[in-house]
Amino acid sequence: MKNKRWIVYAACAVVILISPAALNRYWTDVLNVIGLYVMLALSLNIILGHCGMFHMGHAAFYAVGAYTTAILNTAYGIPVLWLMPLSGLLAGLFALVIARPIIHLRGDYLLIVTIGFVEIVRIALINNIFGITGGANGIFGIDRPTIFGMKISTPGQFFYLIWFFVAVTIYLFRKLEHSRFGRALNYIREDDVAAAGSGIDTGHYKLIAFVIGAVWAGFCGTLFAAKMTIIAPESFNFWESVLLFMIVLLGGRGSIAGVILGTFLVIGLPEIFRQFATARMLVFGVVMVAMMIFRPEGILPPPPRTYRLDGDTGPEEAA
Amino acid sequence: MEFFFQQLTNGLAVGGIYALIALGYTMVYGVLKLINFAHGDLFMIGAYLGLTLLTALGLADHLSPFGVIALLAVMVLALVAILGVVLERVAYRPLRQAHRLSAVVSALGASIFFQNIVMLIYGAKFHVYPHDLMPRTVVHIFGMPVPLIRILILLASVVMMVGLYTFIQRTKVGTAIRAAAIDQGAARLMGINVDRVIALVFVIGPALGGVAGLMVGIYYGQINFTMGWIYGLKAFTAAILGGIGNIPGAMVGGLLLGLIEAFAAAYLSIAWKDAFAFCVLILILIVRPTGLLGERVAEKV
Repeated sequence: MKNKRWIVYAACAVVILISPAALNRYWTDVLNVIGLYVMLALSLNIILGHCGMFHMGHAAFYAVGAYTTAILNTAYGIPVLWLMPLSGLLAGLFALVIARPIIHLRGDYLLIVTIGFVEIVRIALINNIFGITGGANGIFGIDRPTIFGMKISTPGQFFYLIWFFVAVTIYLFRKLEHSRFGRALNYIREDDVAAAGSGIDTGHYKLIAFVIGAVWAGFCGTLFAAKMTIIAPESFNFWESVLLFMIVLLGGRGSIAGVILGTFLVIGLPEIFRQFATARMLVFGVVMVAMMIFRPEGILPPPPRTYRLDGDTGPEEAA
Repeated sequence: MEFFFQQLTNGLAVGGIYALIALGYTMVYGVLKLINFAHGDLFMIGAYLGLTLLTALGLADHLSPFGVIALLAVMVLALVAILGVVLERVAYRPLRQAHRLSAVVSALGASIFFQNIVMLIYGAKFHVYPHDLMPRTVVHIFGMPVPLIRILILLASVVMMVGLYTFIQRTKVGTAIRAAAIDQGAARLMGINVDRVIALVFVIGPALGGVAGLMVGIYYGQINFTMGWIYGLKAFTAAILGGIGNIPGAMVGGLLLGLIEAFAAAYLSIAWKDAFAFCVLILILIVRPTGLLGERVAEKV
């Protein structure tokens, strides 16, 4: 059973990796966008899926990363990819500062506060805060990234850059999920009072989850800025956060494979529905409702955690 | 002083509209613990239905302005209420046993659906309410001129809110709604038909939201298919500000939010208007994590 799953995953990975050869520039670019959203959604998955915090403002951290890259690259000419760690760091710091006072808020109160933050960030960017964000027009003329002297500019080249980072993300987040930290997050999601009673410092863990998610969103911001070469506040509006939120819930909270599949559906379906022209988002809305009714736990909910105890032959079920 | 008074009345009128929409959020939340993200779109549909009925029926030729508006309000109220019930039946009832967030995604899907169906029917451009619908009367209060429409909007919303509050507190059906909000299982054991209570909540909430849509149409004169998002977000903010699930809280939150926005736009900066509302929200939630009038939720252990 477990091996079968791995065969399916490996087959999907191979199909994705060789797909640019069979696709034209447009569809390769769609795959690039999906790759970026996979990374973003996986980082949100840590916060929303694993830790169960209702966070609908992920675009704010994405924006901090993208603007850090854009400003430092256009003003000082620092190579884009060098800025990636700094973008992640700043996004993480930003998350730390804003999340610290609100981390104790419950469910829907946290939801509206995170929505509030993403709106404040967008308004601040439009109003050209500190005089460095370029206002409503944004920032343009961001350099293309270079790797070992090779300039990355076509969708095909970006495909390998983005999906390389997607692969790294999947690997690291899988490790995280199965670590002590990941288990603690799941415990907090299921019952944070019991988790606190078992000696988990819930506030601390929630904050770390928030910061990890934000750092990753900052990394994505760098890739986004490099890919677009122009960024504007409207790329980081409330709707982006809603899309990410829907991806995680539609795919399956806390399931890496589910979130990836969810991204393909949420970002890919409107592209496929182009034949419906203006009605495509209408169809998309209906599909959304229908999918939730038929699979309320998401398309690929995570399998129950299983552990083998030392000296025990049978698998041990654990929540 | 007059400038201040203008901002005050404007803030109260807009706040009344926010409060009406916020009631829909808070009532649905109270009973179902669901954030009905499609509520803002029902409000927007109310505005479009009002415009369509106004032009299609040619009411303005036969009735006085107030008669027209009253009749429109009743028709919009009924139609949006029907839509609300259908929404609950199709998109939310199958998900009642599922995780809360699944219903949120269903609500977002419904919201996308409503926005796009309105866009397909009416087109993406702004639609304009006739200017002569309301006489531009100005009345003087304490010697200061106030457009009559502001007073009417505030009055109408306060009347509806007080009516709703009395209904919830004093009637048997209202008691049933409160009981279902506290504990659905126990309410069911006491012989309350919880399904009917939920359906009723989806009649009242959207009906009030639809009327609010009509008010926005008359007050600002132009409507757009995307306006449900921003008004919905503001009203949801208002509901949280007051303490979600709490009916007087939604009213207080709505009026407060309207005033904050009006004064922030007038005295601080219009470009930052929307940001102020959220800043105040965040500050209030840091001090009072369950909103102004929200009850402290006991930990279930």
